[in-house]
Amino acid sequence: MKVLVPVKRVIDSNVKARVKSDQSGVDLANVKMSINPFCEIAVEEAVRLKEKGVATEVVVVSIGPAQAQETLRQALAMGADRGVLIQSDQDLEPLEVAKVLKAVIAEEAPGVVIMGKQAIDGDNNATGQMLAALLDWPQATFASAIELSADKAKVTREVDGGLQTIEATLPAIITADLRLNEPRYASLPNIMKAKKKPLDVKEVATLGVDLKPHLKVLKVAEPAKRSAGIKVETAGDLVANLKTAGVL
Amino acid sequence: MAVLVIADHDNASLKDSTNKTVTAALALSGDVDVLVAGKDAKAAADAAAKIAGVRKVLLAESDELGQGLAEAVEATVLPLMGGYDAVLTPATSQGKNFSPRIAAKLDVAQISEIVEVVSNDTFVRPIYAGNALETVQSSDAKKVITVRATAFKAAGEGGSASVENVAAGAASAKIKFVDQQLVKSARPELAGAKIVVSGGRAMGSAEEFSKVIEPLADKLGAAVGASRAAVDAGYAPNDYQVGQTGKVVAPELYVAIGISGAIQHLAGMKDSKVIVAINKDADAPIFQVADFGLVADYKTAVPELMDALTAAGK
Ligand SMILES: Cc1cc2nc3c(=O)[nH]c(=O)nc-3n(C[C@H](O)[C@H](O)[C@H](O)COP(=O)(O)OP(=O)(O)OC[C@H]3O[C@@H](n4cnc5c(N)ncnc54)[C@H](O)[C@@H]3O)c2cc1C
Ligand SMILES: Cc1cc2nc3c(=O)[nH]c(=O)nc-3n(C[C@H](O)[C@H](O)[C@H](O)COP(=O)(O)OP(=O)(O)OC[C@H]3O[C@@H](n4cnc5c(N)ncnc54)[C@H](O)[C@@H]3O)c2cc1C
Repeated sequence: MKVLVPVKRVIDSNVKARVKSDQSGVDLANVKMSINPFCEIAVEEAVRLKEKGVATEVVVVSIGPAQAQETLRQALAMGADRGVLIQSDQDLEPLEVAKVLKAVIAEEAPGVVIMGKQAIDGDNNATGQMLAALLDWPQATFASAIELSADKAKVTREVDGGLQTIEATLPAIITADLRLNEPRYASLPNIMKAKKKPLDVKEVATLGVDLKPHLKVLKVAEPAKRSAGIKVETAGDLVANLKTAGVL
Repeated sequence: MAVLVIADHDNASLKDSTNKTVTAALALSGDVDVLVAGKDAKAAADAAAKIAGVRKVLLAESDELGQGLAEAVEATVLPLMGGYDAVLTPATSQGKNFSPRIAAKLDVAQISEIVEVVSNDTFVRPIYAGNALETVQSSDAKKVITVRATAFKAAGEGGSASVENVAAGAASAKIKFVDQQLVKSARPELAGAKIVVSGGRAMGSAEEFSKVIEPLADKLGAAVGASRAAVDAGYAPNDYQVGQTGKVVAPELYVAIGISGAIQHLAGMKDSKVIVAINKDADAPIFQVADFGLVADYKTAVPELMDALTAAGK
């Protein structure tokens, strides 16, 4: 079974995002970029499925600028077989990303798509669900465990109040939550090997997808800052202060 | 303009996030209806009918809606959308699961986790773990929106809307509910609690977590939360995670014990009214947002706090 994993290039999760002074967006110049952590978890899961002999090929796809090739190489170094970059310098909304992925899926015909539940920049948590709706494929979001057989995926999901297990008939869209696995570090030999793995680059325009934006960003502002309060010496002082603050 | 709010409920009762989402909806229009989709959910629908400002309550019931299958909720909502210009859902895991499907089927964007309604087509939403607030204007005829409930006041009671049955949409045959394990707790629910006590990696074990955090929470009548590190390590269930990728809370009082204050954790609690941090490292970033910080080992500080609360009549 072929597994397709969409991966997104985002600001590194250890970097604090800073708003540009003209409020046009977040300053990404000279900022460390990495594979979105949830996409990394999705890649890890796909590679494990291949190691277990359930998956035959792991294809990673990213939609973004030329630099997203680095993100794809990162995934290839973890063990994915082949990369596809759909090059776009325009910022795409989740619906447009889902439409592009639908076109890629029409070509690649994967048996299952495993992707991140959320990208840590846009924080939309929407693309996988939209893709499932567009394809009329079943969806299993926020996965913390996946059992894959030839035609079914049994997925444990993190939901409000606990865990839920559902069974989807393949092909299906699965989105990864934090506790699905712990991604491996790519070894140096695998990073070298990844440089030779196939990576196709296509212009987004060649897919013939309607990419009309639906949302216009009017401004991006910094949230109100919380200032540090005081240090108290004892638990007794703490309780006295909380009483004065009216929260006890 | 007519707006549909999709209720967050457990069939027997309505969650507070529904009242808060109604407030966001009323900022868009005076014509606000609420859909309760579930199973044996008449009690939740009756509660929704009492929310001030609600015009009408729609009740859809089936096994699949009771199981919360996203495909079934979407199939229930879509045929109703002819009559509405916007659909608002609280940004819970369940809301996040089905709402983007409705957007995709309508070929419109989803405006995710809004914290402010600026006008009929313009909204503010946090991005980058809350480190930036984006103001977006939608050009779509119909708006599909998820709402960060903590950013809105709860609409009060006093309404007397009618409850009307509507058809439940069928989920696809390609998806099947197997089972669920829900955490049962007599404590208040994390998302709507007035006080939250959270524990971090410092707890070191599940036993220690429940020995330290739970009695303090019970003394304060608080809900229990946790950092991702504590959940990943199995000290607390997944449902307790507060943060960018867990639950967002904004209680009157948030007590962080043995939590360092990573950006991803702060994203889930920095809008709390009063923040207390207990941490043995005076340089822990949590102190940069805490109103009251106690630099101490929790092993001595928490028992002392329990005693001080008792002395204060708690
Ligand atoms: C430089 C830059 C600046 C931007 N500025 C803004 C802005 O100011 N406002 C704004 O709304 N948007 C902006 N965007 C776009 C935005 O960051 C998101 O790409 C877009 O909104 C998608 O939402 P999300 O990533 O939150 O999706 P989610 O739904 O959270 O993503 C879930 C999953 O979908 C998949 N996925 C998402 N995007 C891609 C992709 N491109 N390629 C492959 N897989 C993908 C991944 O598996 C991901 O884990 C910007 C993008 C860039 C590159
Ligand atoms: C994609 C992504 C998403 C994430 N989402 C979330 C999220 O939603 N929520 C979240 O919380 N995190 C999230 N994280 C993880 C986050 O970055 C931190 O790793 C996590 O919050 C750390 O948890 P902690 O504070 O409990 O542990 P640590 O950072 O290890 O802090 C433990 C603290 O306990 C203190 N301590 C130790 N012993 C004692 C003692 N005896 N007495 C008092 N204090 C003591 C230490 O001084 C330290 O400050 C995410 C990370 C990523 C990459």
